[in-house]
Amino acid sequence: MPPCLTHPTSAATHAKPKRGQVGVLIERAIEALIYLCGFSAIIFVFGIFFFVFREGAPFLAKLNLGEFLFSIDWFPTSQTQAKYGVGALIVGTLSVTTLAMVIAVPFGLGAAVFVSEFCTGKVKETLKVVIELLAAIPSVVWGFVGLTVMSPIIIKTFQVPIGVNMFNGALLLALMSVPIMVSIGEDALKAVPDSYREAGIALGATKWQLVWRVLLPAAKNGLLAAVLLGVGRAIGETMAVLMATGHSVRIPHSVFDPVRTLTATIAAELGETSKGSDHYQVLFLIGILLFSITFVVNLAADLIVKGIRKK
Amino acid sequence: MTESIRMRRSMANMGRGHSGSAVFAVALACALLVGCGPGGGGPAGGSGKKQAIANVGSDTMVNLAIAWADAYSKVDPTVSVEVNGGGSGQGVAALINGSCEIANCSRKFEEKEIADFDAKHPGKEPKEFMVGYDALSVFVHKDNPMTEISMEELQQMYMKDGKIAQWSQLGVSNIPGAKGEEIILVSRQNNSGTYHYFREAIVGKKNEMRLGTVDMNGSKDVVDLIAKTPNAIGYSGMGYATPAVKHLKVSRKKGEKAVEPTIATTLDKSYPIARPMYMYTAGEPAPHLKKYLDWIISDAGQKIVEQTGYVPLPKK
Repeated sequence: MPPCLTHPTSAATHAKPKRGQVGVLIERAIEALIYLCGFSAIIFVFGIFFFVFREGAPFLAKLNLGEFLFSIDWFPTSQTQAKYGVGALIVGTLSVTTLAMVIAVPFGLGAAVFVSEFCTGKVKETLKVVIELLAAIPSVVWGFVGLTVMSPIIIKTFQVPIGVNMFNGALLLALMSVPIMVSIGEDALKAVPDSYREAGIALGATKWQLVWRVLLPAAKNGLLAAVLLGVGRAIGETMAVLMATGHSVRIPHSVFDPVRTLTATIAAELGETSKGSDHYQVLFLIGILLFSITFVVNLAADLIVKGIRKK
Repeated sequence: MTESIRMRRSMANMGRGHSGSAVFAVALACALLVGCGPGGGGPAGGSGKKQAIANVGSDTMVNLAIAWADAYSKVDPTVSVEVNGGGSGQGVAALINGSCEIANCSRKFEEKEIADFDAKHPGKEPKEFMVGYDALSVFVHKDNPMTEISMEELQQMYMKDGKIAQWSQLGVSNIPGAKGEEIILVSRQNNSGTYHYFREAIVGKKNEMRLGTVDMNGSKDVVDLIAKTPNAIGYSGMGYATPAVKHLKVSRKKGEKAVEPTIATTLDKSYPIARPMYMYTAGEPAPHLKKYLDWIISDAGQKIVEQTGYVPLPKK
């Protein structure tokens, strides 16, 4: 139990002894409840980590880590020799995420600058609401759009043999991570003290010079954190990439090759593996791998934000 | 600003533990363990209540299983059949875990699965009922001029290190709308019953499938993707044909007569990529299950097989 429950509260010993008894109990109950709410995030994360690790860990003993991470042979249901190499899946995840960021960062940060510095009043409010709305679209809807609408368009426009590919997936991921970047990026810009702007304008800087030379450097940590959170969103996304990337185990040679990501592999295969089998455990190992990747990304974002606070 | 970032980040942040939280983590883990046990899906024993039959398994059979369940609710209103797809493997797992009464399987139980079953249910065996046939059609885009293909060619396309990767190698050129020569191979996720059967029938037990196929997550998705991709070829159940795709005649060897996938050619076994569909029960079926299974193989049940695009059992 949290230590707060054992704290003697001074209220009980002082005035109003009659109401005190009940009051203290209620007080403590509410205190405990709030305590629990506060800790629930940590509890859930640890619980999930424990559960994922428990399912995946038994296979660690049998695993050749080098082969697991670097081999591209993913034959989990082979009848001759099952092979569990997630190299191609890691490359898939990283390449889709990178491409998504190449698309999303200019748009996301550009939109953040625009919303924060260049527009006011109704335009600003409307833009913010619409961008929030973009974040509310479920990922399966994005995936459906990728599969049915964008796939034929990509084939026609870029003259490529297949429309569900890395580019399609990255475009969707970019659209999904832009809202996060915009709202956090805007916060970061808003936090730059107005005295900076005033000083810039007083020195005769144009709006562009002000943004480029003053605001961006001043807010760079916050903007970087915004980008990294977008990256975290993109890496963890499942449904849209499952439907739009083509789900194909291979090392891509161009952005129009289909790829397969770690998350999509878990989503597609976990349902039909029998519990406790090697394949099942390997899928949980992939979960641990993903967990580690997002953990590193989040930690990096966190350290950067801390860097801001020190200033 | 930092405030807002911190708020957004609080959920994602898991770096810092707290000694007190270890207790909660254990408690939560216990809760998860309990929650993940097999959902007790036993038949409702209460008198006067509807008897539920949990029917889980093959994605290929799911449309058929739903059609059967709907029709059967009129035949015997006291029974309600609840159908879930997910794949043959899921059906097998559910039967082993005891969370369903009937497992749909578009393949036979594998030896390992029978062993798993025996370990959980000593003295019982999975009892098999053949309920119809499924013919796999090989589909291409409707504008593709190709009309037939041999199993050897399919093997060279779908096998790891196979020799065929370009449409020109199949003698096909100028597919309207196609970009380049590359054959886009459409396949299924690697634990679907359809994938297992195709691998066994085409690629062979000793060979691996080619890596780099585009793996779709459902029979219908395969057809949908081929309909939008002129370079593609893929396989799916005969019943999933749509006007936007074209099925190919299939021959066993190049030069031999290619056979159209139809009910007649499936039954006389001249069409080479067809397989029986099964339902399994854990040991001898209980009376209400037996009644359902008997109805399925009756004329009324088999008529539904034909209506949903599968191949019924031959008439006795």
